[in-house]
Amino acid sequence: MALTNELAFARIEQKGAHFIKSSETAYDGMLNVVTTREQIIEFLRFLRDDEQLQCNFLTSLCTVHYPESAGEEFAIVYHLHNWMDNFRIRVKVFLPESDPSIPTATTLWPTANWMERQEFDFFGIQFTGHPNLTRILNVDEMDVFPMRKQYRLEDGTRTDKDDRYFGRDGNYAQTFD
Amino acid sequence: MQVQSYFSQIDSLEGELATLNLGPTHPATHGIFQNVMKMDGERIVSAEPTIGYIHRAFEKLAERRPYNQITPITDRLNYCSSPINNMGWHMTVEKLAKIEVPKRAQYMRVIIMELARIADHLVCNAVIGVDTGALTGFTYMFQEREFIYELYEEVCGARLTTNIGRIGGMERDFSPTFHKKLKQFLNEFPAKFEEFNNLLERNRIFMDRTIGAGPIEGKRAMDYGFTGPNLRAAGIDYDVRVMNPYSSYEDFDFIVPVGINGDTYDRFMVRQEEIRQSLRIIHQAYNNLPEGDYHADVPDFYLPSKEDVYTKMEALIYHFKVVMGETPIPAGEVYHAVEGGNGELGFYLVSDGGRTPYRLHFRRPCFIYYQAYPEMIKGSMLSDAILTMSSMNVIAGELDA
Repeated sequence: MALTNELAFARIEQKGAHFIKSSETAYDGMLNVVTTREQIIEFLRFLRDDEQLQCNFLTSLCTVHYPESAGEEFAIVYHLHNWMDNFRIRVKVFLPESDPSIPTATTLWPTANWMERQEFDFFGIQFTGHPNLTRILNVDEMDVFPMRKQYRLEDGTRTDKDDRYFGRDGNYAQTFD
Repeated sequence: MQVQSYFSQIDSLEGELATLNLGPTHPATHGIFQNVMKMDGERIVSAEPTIGYIHRAFEKLAERRPYNQITPITDRLNYCSSPINNMGWHMTVEKLAKIEVPKRAQYMRVIIMELARIADHLVCNAVIGVDTGALTGFTYMFQEREFIYELYEEVCGARLTTNIGRIGGMERDFSPTFHKKLKQFLNEFPAKFEEFNNLLERNRIFMDRTIGAGPIEGKRAMDYGFTGPNLRAAGIDYDVRVMNPYSSYEDFDFIVPVGINGDTYDRFMVRQEEIRQSLRIIHQAYNNLPEGDYHADVPDFYLPSKEDVYTKMEALIYHFKVVMGETPIPAGEVYHAVEGGNGELGFYLVSDGGRTPYRLHFRRPCFIYYQAYPEMIKGSMLSDAILTMSSMNVIAGELDA
């Protein structure tokens, strides 16, 4: 029987309702489940090992920075994939900028190693328990986390690329320095 | 002495271990890869890869560019098969904007993407030949790749960084020259390719060098996030084209070849068979190429023709809006994946309704599977390590983004 969002969600509610902080069906139709950093590893382990869900392939791991949502500035997004039933699920954890730490998923998948190093490199997310949390694409001497919204991409004198012209209010680059 | 810097330190551990610095620039690594290896004679005890030498901050750049200007960035991910990256990006935006692309455009895309896959696999397999000492096949296969570049040229004007197609379809219809050259390619390529195949497939030296070199077991490959030919060589038949068909791949009949041992020979053989399957797909798509328009009717995204821009007010307005990035974009998050030359190339796009992505994350297969490299070469000979790297087809552009 093919796994659908409804069936998968019912299964999660039945077996691990305590993991779910909130959930929704995303714009692209994928099931999104938000959990907490205390529970993330257990939740991922449950998704991986549960005989019905079998989401045992970690497709990607990335971070989104929302500087304006206080206390939930960073969203860590895990994409999992079940190859038996071709079912994808997205798991999110929100972290505060004051303490962006989360347990490492390398205990579950070795592939999380570089994915987490990349997120550390660009966003400064601290993956506790990671075997080698060092910069991966940027130079070791770099002292900022460049993908955070407060860091401008280009020379600040350029006004033609102001965020106000990009359909947003204000300019993140200017709000934060 | 010059040699001293290469063998810079000698550790003593039941004998002598040497530190060997392979790369960053070395002809055998086919790109900027550095590996600091601990060597016991010619055996590798451990390796520590350093990456990021051509990092260009694509994810950051994408946050300041309108959607159509991100396509040239995707060219530079896996530059051996740029069209697949381009199409993958177009399809991601089409998924976000809910654009239905006409059947003809979808088939045209399939033809281009499969040509790109052939070009990508040709480079990889020809280079495996070179690393085992067989240069001849490489010189002939590069002529074929060159011919595929001529085909690209007919469709988009460029050869390597193609920027092919547009959001909503293709930029132009296939030209008469393209039809002529594609037919020529389909007629002439298979014989040349089989000749290349015969030089290596059952070649004693080639088999001795590749069988058992750099193996990885299926489950381990999956845990390491392998996708594409490298995963299939380890025996798992996961292919995005079959699992989540896009651009009408469900219309075509093709098989997904798998290997057994996940070693260099299996990776070579899987890619060889995929080239044949790609040819089958091109035949099917080309022979059944539907009539109709080569792009969707989406003036918000698709540039009007130049004559219209010069003569019609409405076309001029749309042209201005597309060029200036004034297109209304829905807010939402989208994940779209295509089967790139090296595996699942995913685009995770978060839009907040602005004219640039709020966040764009590339799932780059090379970056994900290259981390298994030290484990795959541990305990093997240095020359096997070189072969393993070329058979994994790590493309620096995709690795470093």
